[in-house]
Amino acid sequence: MINILKIAWRNLFRYTRRTLLTASLIVFGVALVIVFGGIGNSFKDGIVGILTNSNLGDLQIHKKGYVGSIDNLPLDLTIPEAGRIKIESILNKNAAIKDYSKRIRFGAVISNFVQSTNMRLTAVYPGDESQVCPDLPKRIKDGDSNPDTFVKPGSIVIPLNIANGMKLKTGDEVVLVATNKEGSVNGMTFKISGISENILGPQGKDGYMHMEDAFSLLRIEGGEITEIAVKINDFSRLRKTTRELKHALPGIAGASPDKPFLEIHTWEDLSPFSSIARIVTLLIMVVRVVLVSIVLISILNVMMMSVYERIGEIGTIASLGTLPGKILMLFLAEGLSLGFFSALAGGILGTGILAVLAVIKPQFTFGMMELSLAPQIPMGEIIVSIAIVVVISTLASLQPALKAAKMEPVEALRHV
Amino acid sequence: MSLLAIENVEKSYVIGKIGVWALKGIDLLIDAGKFVSFIGPSGSGKTTLLNLIGCLDKPSKGKVLINGMDVSHLDRKSSAKFRGGNIGFIFQNFNLLPVLTVYENVEYPLIMVQNVPAEKRKIKILELLEKVGMMEQKDKYPDQLSGGQKQRVAIARALVTEPKIVLADEPTANLDHDTAYKILKIMHDMKNEFGTTFIFATHDTKVVGEAEVIYTIEDGKIIGQTARNAGGK
Repeated sequence: MINILKIAWRNLFRYTRRTLLTASLIVFGVALVIVFGGIGNSFKDGIVGILTNSNLGDLQIHKKGYVGSIDNLPLDLTIPEAGRIKIESILNKNAAIKDYSKRIRFGAVISNFVQSTNMRLTAVYPGDESQVCPDLPKRIKDGDSNPDTFVKPGSIVIPLNIANGMKLKTGDEVVLVATNKEGSVNGMTFKISGISENILGPQGKDGYMHMEDAFSLLRIEGGEITEIAVKINDFSRLRKTTRELKHALPGIAGASPDKPFLEIHTWEDLSPFSSIARIVTLLIMVVRVVLVSIVLISILNVMMMSVYERIGEIGTIASLGTLPGKILMLFLAEGLSLGFFSALAGGILGTGILAVLAVIKPQFTFGMMELSLAPQIPMGEIIVSIAIVVVISTLASLQPALKAAKMEPVEALRHV
Repeated sequence: MSLLAIENVEKSYVIGKIGVWALKGIDLLIDAGKFVSFIGPSGSGKTTLLNLIGCLDKPSKGKVLINGMDVSHLDRKSSAKFRGGNIGFIFQNFNLLPVLTVYENVEYPLIMVQNVPAEKRKIKILELLEKVGMMEQKDKYPDQLSGGQKQRVAIARALVTEPKIVLADEPTANLDHDTAYKILKIMHDMKNEFGTTFIFATHDTKVVGEAEVIYTIEDGKIIGQTARNAGGK
């Protein structure tokens, strides 16, 4: 085998310029896949991180039908106290769950006594919320950003949009007016304890308040809530954990329609960014397909030329008694070597580019989010890319190699 | 028993829609250790006959027996194996592998065909390179050699597997007069030393002059046979 590889390697460098040209094409393709994959995944992970760590949590539990009406923030689709206790008991026993935060989400009108606007409010216990969305307090740029106390009873955090629009600052007093599930309207005065950065999309008008205040404002006496946001220990096991919870949580599977009937959604179901994430994944796949095409066509081209140019030589080695299988191996080894070493070089180049990007950490803005690209070296992506090139190189070399192996020696020797 | 027996061999080709008879009813016997030459004009069928003896091609009719074994209907793999163990080839254009050095060219059939162990390989190759006078050039590549030197390497490559028969198609056609004589002398010496049968297809009178048996071929038929002492005497 070593001798076959030695001959294959030397044959490759008979036509140095052609080999280097083909190799550079593959190097470029592999580097492109790795860099694009690294940047794409870094971008995706960055945004998913912001969304889940600042706002959504990894998954959320609601009363059945809530997500379908989520734009209206309905207060009649709540999880009653008894159901909430059962859910909490199940979540507490599940080792995959890191923490969870009970929430009430509702719409309200905020007034500074001169003007008013509508906003969305999420009522939370700040300590729990900070465990599920650890980046949320960091997004409070003005005011109290202590994870355990960023909202206290009697205070609210408002988004930058509203603060700017209504010329509000921390310490100012505002009135919140909300309608509860029975349809009665109530108003309460709050002090602004913090102003948060805007997060992607409609969350641009999201504010936070303490859970106890929501109970008072909405006149909730039974301790019911609209959702539970959950943080899991291992994000890569999100789907598995969600599946487990769907089986474990009472009523989710719909076994008993008269019991609390819950639904569980991952961040992907709740954020429009999941479509962008899917597009990024699709684009990475497209780049891979381009790589496969580059490798397939370039190796096929080189190997076909190689066989055609060396018909006389094939006749010679066949006449010396080289078995057809070994002739096949000689040409396969040539294509494989070209593919493998080019892919390896592409892998090194791609890794180098990503390493430089990881050091530079280029910043850019996506929507309302400030993102910093710090791509990880995707070892999986590198191994997959090299494996793809090796497999495609073998396939592309197969037809020319078979042609060489099947050549009649007498015909080949006649070829000039 | 003769080393090579050809019995009523015919070979036809179809070119376009026309059938062409390259060999018609060839019968001959060649003993081991002989210097044999097929002579005749271009297109007479000399190379076709060599190809049949070398298991590179199959006869349309008749048998080719080497050491009593009918080789005329071997499949591709069996004929390759047979060639690797029994036949050596010397070509008009030398046909050395350009990516291998002189040493590696001679080594090629021992590695890729016969799987000879490294130590044994080395002894054989160095011995043959010494005999053909190519020891000093053993690390050179074919494009660094003259025509005569290339043919010496080709002779060493043909003999390194210790074949029973060496087939040489116009081996001196691309060599000057003096070099051709030197090459023939080497082949003669090898024949005497190893007892190998050399069969030539040639126009070259120098080769013919060295042959012990000469078959004259014309229009695919043997029209004459001359037996002489070695060296044409």
